[in-house]
Amino acid sequence: MKSKLKIKIDVSGLNFYYPNGTHALKGITLPIHENAVTAFIGPSGCGKTTFLRCFNRMHDLYHGNRYEGEIRMDGNNILAGDTDLMTLRSTIGMVFQKPTPFPMSIFDNIAFGLRLKGIKNKTELLGRVEKALKDTSLWDETCDRIMQSSQDLSGGQQQRLCIARAIAVEPETILFDEPCSALDPISTGRIEDLIAELKENYTIVMVTHNMQQAARVSEYTGFFMMGELIEFNKTTKIFTAPEKKLTESYITGRFG
Amino acid sequence: MNIITSRKIKSFLVLSLCVGATLLGFFWLFFILIDVIVQGVGALGPDFFFNDPAPVGMAGGGLRNALIGQLIIVLVATLIGVPVGLLGGTFIAEYCRGTSYARVIGVLSDTMVSVPSIVVGTFIYAILVKPLGHFSGWAGSVALAVIMIPVVLRTTEDMLKLVPWSLREAAFALGAPTYKVIFKVTYRGASAGILTGILLAISRIVGETAPLLFTSFNSPYFSTNMNEPMASLTVTIFQYAMGPYASWHAQAWAASLLIALFILGLTLTGRFIIRWKYGER
Repeated sequence: MKSKLKIKIDVSGLNFYYPNGTHALKGITLPIHENAVTAFIGPSGCGKTTFLRCFNRMHDLYHGNRYEGEIRMDGNNILAGDTDLMTLRSTIGMVFQKPTPFPMSIFDNIAFGLRLKGIKNKTELLGRVEKALKDTSLWDETCDRIMQSSQDLSGGQQQRLCIARAIAVEPETILFDEPCSALDPISTGRIEDLIAELKENYTIVMVTHNMQQAARVSEYTGFFMMGELIEFNKTTKIFTAPEKKLTESYITGRFG
Repeated sequence: MNIITSRKIKSFLVLSLCVGATLLGFFWLFFILIDVIVQGVGALGPDFFFNDPAPVGMAGGGLRNALIGQLIIVLVATLIGVPVGLLGGTFIAEYCRGTSYARVIGVLSDTMVSVPSIVVGTFIYAILVKPLGHFSGWAGSVALAVIMIPVVLRTTEDMLKLVPWSLREAAFALGAPTYKVIFKVTYRGASAGILTGILLAISRIVGETAPLLFTSFNSPYFSTNMNEPMASLTVTIFQYAMGPYASWHAQAWAASLLIALFILGLTLTGRFIIRWKYGER
C-alpha cells in the first residue's frame, strides 16, 4: 500500500433532502482517499446508502431530491448544475445490493457499458470483456458460455458479473452498496478478495452493515447515525480505539 | 368432531359450486366451438380460399375477397395501433411513472378498453367516412387501431412496470442515456410480455364486426384498394348469416371457423413465446 494517499474525493458540508422534506444527510464532511477502500457503517436508515448514491448523483433519477454543499472530485464540484451526469457516471461505477444482471448474455452485459463509450469493434469488445471477466475471476467459470444468458449464473457469479461490468469501462471510482448482503459466505469471501485487489487500480467506496466486513477490507471507516457522520477515521482506529462513545457502542454491538 | 364435519360439508359445497360453474362455462364453450367446427368445416375447401363470391343465387364461389380484405385491414390497424400503444405505454411507465398524468391516461385507457366497439365504429364514421363521402378500408383500419391502442398501451405499461427499478438504476449507473436504458434494458426485460399483449390485441380486433360495419363496410368484389369499401370476414358473416341462401350460411360458418382458428393460433403463439422465454413453468 502506498504510504501517502492522495485525496480523490472531498466532501464538504453535504446536506441532502428527500422530496418529503426528510433531512437525510446533515453536514457531512470527509475525504475519500485514492486507491483505498473507504467503508461506511451504521444502523439501517442512517443515511449511508443515501450518501453513497450522491457520488454518482443517482438521486437525480427521481424528482424533488435536493443536495447542498460540495462533493469535489479531482477538484471539480460534481454537485454543480452543469455536471454532465452521463460522463460523471461513466467515471464512477456502481455495484448494487442485489445482483442486477441485464436480461441478455454475459458478453452483452459487459459490452453494454463499453458500447456506451462508443467501442464497436468486435475484437476489441471481446478482448475487454475477457479482461473484465478475468479480473473478477469469472473467466474460468464462464469462458465457454459468455454468449449465454446471464440469468443462469449463481447469485455470487451474477454479483461478480456486475463488478466486471462496472470495471470494464475503466472508471476511477467504484461504489459498492452492500454488495454481499444477498450472498452466501463463500461468495462473500470472493467478493471481498476482489475488492482488495481492485483498490490497486480504483478508489473504492462501500456501504456495509456487516462490521466485520468493513474491518476486513477497508482502510478508512465512517460511522453514520441519523444522517450524521459520527466519526471518520482509519479503520484500525475506529475498531480499536474509537473516539466517540456512540461509535464504541455500535461496534461492540450494544445497539443497531 | 362436529365442527370438523360441518367444515367438510361446507368445503364440499363450495367445491361443488366451483366445479359446477366451470362445467357450465365449458359446456357452452365446447357447444359453440363444436357447432362452429361441424357446420363450418364442410364449406372450408379450396373454393373458399381461392374464389370470390358467386353472383347472388348461383352456387359455388368463395370468400377470397373477404379473407384478403380482413388481412389487409387488420395488418394496417396493427401497424397503426401497435406503435402508438407501445410508445404511449412506454411514456407513462418510464417517463411519467407515478404522476397524476400517468394515472389519468391509465384510467382513460381502461375506459377505452371497455367502450362498446360500435361506438368506435360510429365515431370513425363521423370523422373519416361521412366527411369523405364513402366507406373505405382505411377507416376500418383506423377504427380497429383505436380499439387496439388502449389494450397495447395498458399491457406495455404493466409489463414495463414488472421490470425491477434496480435494473434501470444499474444501466443509468453505467452512464446510459434514458432512451438506451429503455430500448436496451427495459424492453428486453419486458419483451415476452409485450409481444404476448400485442398478439392478444390482434386477436381482439380480428373478431370485431361492429366497427367495420360503419367504416370499411363490405364489398362483393376482390380489392386491395384501401380507399374503397373493403370486404372482411366478420361483416360478411353478419351479412351472410342474415341472408336467405343455404350456401351463404355454410360460408358464414366456414368464415367463423377460420376466425376461431386464427385466434387460437395467435393465442398458442403467445403461450409458446412465454414458455420459450421463461422456460417450463
